[in-house]
Amino acid sequence: MIPASFDYLTADSVEQAIGLLKQHGDEAKLLAGGHSLLPMMKLRLARPNVLIDLRNVAGMRGIKTTARGLEIGALTTHAAVAQSTEVSAYAPLLAEAAAAVGDVQVRHCGTLGGSAAHADAAADEPAALLALEAQFEIAGASGVRTVAARDFFVDMFTTALGPNDVLTAVILPRAFPASAYAKLPHPASHYPVVGAACALAVSGGSIEGARIAITGVGSVPFRATHVEGLLAGIPVHDRKKMESLCAEAARGVEARSDAYAGAEYRVAMADVMAARAVLAAAERAR
Amino acid sequence: MAFTSMMGARVTRREDPRLITGRSTYVDDVKLVGTTYAAFVRSPFAHAKITRIDVSAAKASPGVLAAFTADDMRNVGDVPTAPQIEGLKVPKHPPLARGRVAYAGEPVVAVIAETPAAARDAADLVEVEYEELPAVVDLERAVAGAPYVHDEFGTNIAFTMEINGGDTESAFKNAAVTVSERLLNQRLAPVSIEPRGMVAHWEPGPQHLTLWSSTQIPHLLRTQMAVALGIPEHRVRSIAPEVGGGFGSKLDVYAEEIVAAFASRALDRPVKYVETRSESFMATVHGRDQIDLVEIAADRDGRISGLKVKILANLGAYHQLLTPAIPTLTALMVPGAYDIKNVAVTLHGLFTTEVPTDAYRGAGRPEATYLIERAIDLLAAKLGMDPAEVRRRNLIKKEQFPYASAVGLTYDTGDYHAAFEKALQLAGYDALRKEQEHGRSEGRLLGIGLSSYVEVCGMGPSSALPAPGWGSATVRMEPTGRVTVMTGASPHGQGEETTFAQMVSDRLGVPIDDVVVLHGDSAIVQYGIGTFGSRSTAVDGAALYRALDTVREKAMKIAAHQMEANVGDLEFKNGKIAVKGNPEKAMSIGEVAFAAFRGLNLPPDVEPGLEATRRFEPPNFVYPFGTHVCVVEIERATGAVKVLKYVAVDDCGNIINPMIVEGQIHGGIAQGLSQALYEEIVYDENGQLTNGSLLQYAVPHAGQLPMYELDRTVTPTDVNPMGIKGVGEAGTIGATPAVVNAVVDALAPFGIVNMDMPCKPERVWRVMSGHDGETNEKAAKS
Repeated sequence: MIPASFDYLTADSVEQAIGLLKQHGDEAKLLAGGHSLLPMMKLRLARPNVLIDLRNVAGMRGIKTTARGLEIGALTTHAAVAQSTEVSAYAPLLAEAAAAVGDVQVRHCGTLGGSAAHADAAADEPAALLALEAQFEIAGASGVRTVAARDFFVDMFTTALGPNDVLTAVILPRAFPASAYAKLPHPASHYPVVGAACALAVSGGSIEGARIAITGVGSVPFRATHVEGLLAGIPVHDRKKMESLCAEAARGVEARSDAYAGAEYRVAMADVMAARAVLAAAERAR
Repeated sequence: MAFTSMMGARVTRREDPRLITGRSTYVDDVKLVGTTYAAFVRSPFAHAKITRIDVSAAKASPGVLAAFTADDMRNVGDVPTAPQIEGLKVPKHPPLARGRVAYAGEPVVAVIAETPAAARDAADLVEVEYEELPAVVDLERAVAGAPYVHDEFGTNIAFTMEINGGDTESAFKNAAVTVSERLLNQRLAPVSIEPRGMVAHWEPGPQHLTLWSSTQIPHLLRTQMAVALGIPEHRVRSIAPEVGGGFGSKLDVYAEEIVAAFASRALDRPVKYVETRSESFMATVHGRDQIDLVEIAADRDGRISGLKVKILANLGAYHQLLTPAIPTLTALMVPGAYDIKNVAVTLHGLFTTEVPTDAYRGAGRPEATYLIERAIDLLAAKLGMDPAEVRRRNLIKKEQFPYASAVGLTYDTGDYHAAFEKALQLAGYDALRKEQEHGRSEGRLLGIGLSSYVEVCGMGPSSALPAPGWGSATVRMEPTGRVTVMTGASPHGQGEETTFAQMVSDRLGVPIDDVVVLHGDSAIVQYGIGTFGSRSTAVDGAALYRALDTVREKAMKIAAHQMEANVGDLEFKNGKIAVKGNPEKAMSIGEVAFAAFRGLNLPPDVEPGLEATRRFEPPNFVYPFGTHVCVVEIERATGAVKVLKYVAVDDCGNIINPMIVEGQIHGGIAQGLSQALYEEIVYDENGQLTNGSLLQYAVPHAGQLPMYELDRTVTPTDVNPMGIKGVGEAGTIGATPAVVNAVVDALAPFGIVNMDMPCKPERVWRVMSGHDGETNEKAAKS
């Protein structure tokens, strides 16, 4: 488990990181918590010539409430997200998804931004961020921009991040106290075989709008828009109704298949996990 | 057995503080001046001809000292294999592939460099050209004919073994009912926490090789290395430092060990190699991997009259040390704990283009137990009987021991019904069945699984094994009264530093802290056979028991002389040798030891020193047994299996340390349960390992395992002087069928009678959704 040789650089600021990316081009990779990139390098599946460590970059860590919503620095660890009382109150879904990542050691090294930027097809937090309609703050050579979650996750291991971009923060514009995450974990990796994130807007005891994101089924987390539509207007106490409407959550999605779980099973489990997430979220609205 | 206070005491393991705080030395901690590092280029193909190897770029890479191929090692012997099975086909197995490869991961080139990174980088520069040959991965096709793994044999059948006990044909002809099933016992990876590692150090001055290896068999390794490399055995020293688990996978001699020693001698430098986890998955032996066709004949009351088993055993590409012997243990144990007079077994050991299989915790017996325990449940389903009742009617009775099994073994001692009834009682079996019935009416999928196993272990006698079947021990009283024990066992987690010290403390009356147990170094310890097959306490422990007897006898003689008394007037009590009825006149064992060391006033026929080396060869194996009860609930929506309750009543004879016995059973159940629910090695049709990493191969976390409720019965063996059987593998052997029987029982409302392992959620879900799975209807036709 020895990676190919590489140069190790550290950036003290976002600007410096962008500068180093420009200087080294395709050869360079940004290093956050290292819990996805380093294993791939050790297996020599990734062979960057230059690693730019972001750990000393000021201002990219931590959780704060601003006029834009709840802002979470990209270098904030899964553990910090999971344990944050602010996150738990504002969007319990994200705290649950962060708590469901890996194991204790992984959660204390791996970062929210790293997980999002890596965009594994079966990661927990990207689904949560998609359901919460997070905004991704990206610093690039031409300045800072924000990208909506639905545009951020492009494909497996592919995001809206350009070659000279740094993901600096994730912004949750709206609180979803009625939100929850459900997953069927892989017995070895504990990645979700299928995970479902649900954020409900509730008004007068009924669902005003549901946002459901599914991970593990397609090459990228997706919104179960068809189920979302059906749930509008349903009373949050009508568990049977809500459960029955979570059918075909993965409609229209080309499902993945591997030695552990086939496509058909993943599609079926999307419904089961979606229903669990919806019911748990609805429970929080009562 | 004349044991006193220390025997049966829950002494905490003395070796644990250093192990769990990392203050100990594993192979990778051995750091010698001038060490070089090996990296291996491994075959990416399951089966191929090697048409060209070019190591020039690797040799020119910075820090590289050498790049060896099979051509460089022409004078080195093959990777050794021990079993002497009639008609066994033994393929050539050079340490580095010569001309062809037969599994993905087979070592082809070894690069030696100044650092591990330089070696790894250079290995990437080696060019090997292959001409692919067809992979052989399907056992049922492999047994039928071409393509062959080894063309020179014109078959994939390495050996066939037939056992016929009684008259099976008549039993089946006259049977009121028969059931049959095809059972898969999937391939598993041993996954010890420390992967294989070795440091080979050739010293040109004394012409001496020292090999540190993460091995279970340091002395056997030494002999085999001497033979393979042509180095006189007395110039080879083998050391097993701390070994982080083995489970049978380190009961072996590996190509990499031979290459490292060869390279050290070629370069006059120490050579270290520690495999990565990925390499461990692809190149360390695997376990299990059989297809078992089982048929049972019985009367309407569920009394079994006949058993037919056909075993297709996947040996992999080559024979490692014990590869072909493992499935023969399956063949010998197919009747399990049941009184079945007519048994016919056909075993085919088959070559495939996969990494060799070899011993893995249980080694052949889990497969036997699985097939008979599943078959009992199939019979119960067919007859509509409670599976507990079918077991009760067929278990061998207490008065039948020693019991001659239909396949030719003699089970030493047992009271199978006692353990069985105790387990049912502890589990609350009748109440569980009521709860299950009630649960089903509410749509809950509860299952109760039983497994009544017997296993064969305590490996000896020599005549029954491909290796020596004896154990050895030395007890040395030091001048200061402390005791040094050298055991021929090679503990790597089993706790003999504690249990053997308890024996010494008990027999010599010294505090346990005055005893040290040394092992695993051929320059310090007399020849030992190592630790495997649940043999250490039953065999090497018995040798220690004998050595302690010899020391006691000599101590009595010396004490009698010194105290001017007759030996017959002395008693050995509480660490003192005293004149009976006159406790004032006494010597401690320490005082006797000093007198023996000082050499003054010894009896004329007694040599100085107080030390004994003894060996023990058991006249038979030992046969631990027990009954496990598992309760599961299946989640309808996902197919996830949750273990609600796990009860195990095991009988391993007399016990030295209950805490260590329980620990062994806990770990054993964890591995057995894990085969039932989580683990499987998957090769694709091209012979590529698809899940060779801990991201994919599911070794369970603590949270994926239940709490265990344990109890025991105690039926001593008469095979050794302590009445002790083995316990290292019992949990693994008992657990797998108990869990699968529970899962199948839970699925009974769906008409299910069998399910392949692992019972992972998708598989269970598919069965419930009617996608596949075998039903009663199919079983009824058979």
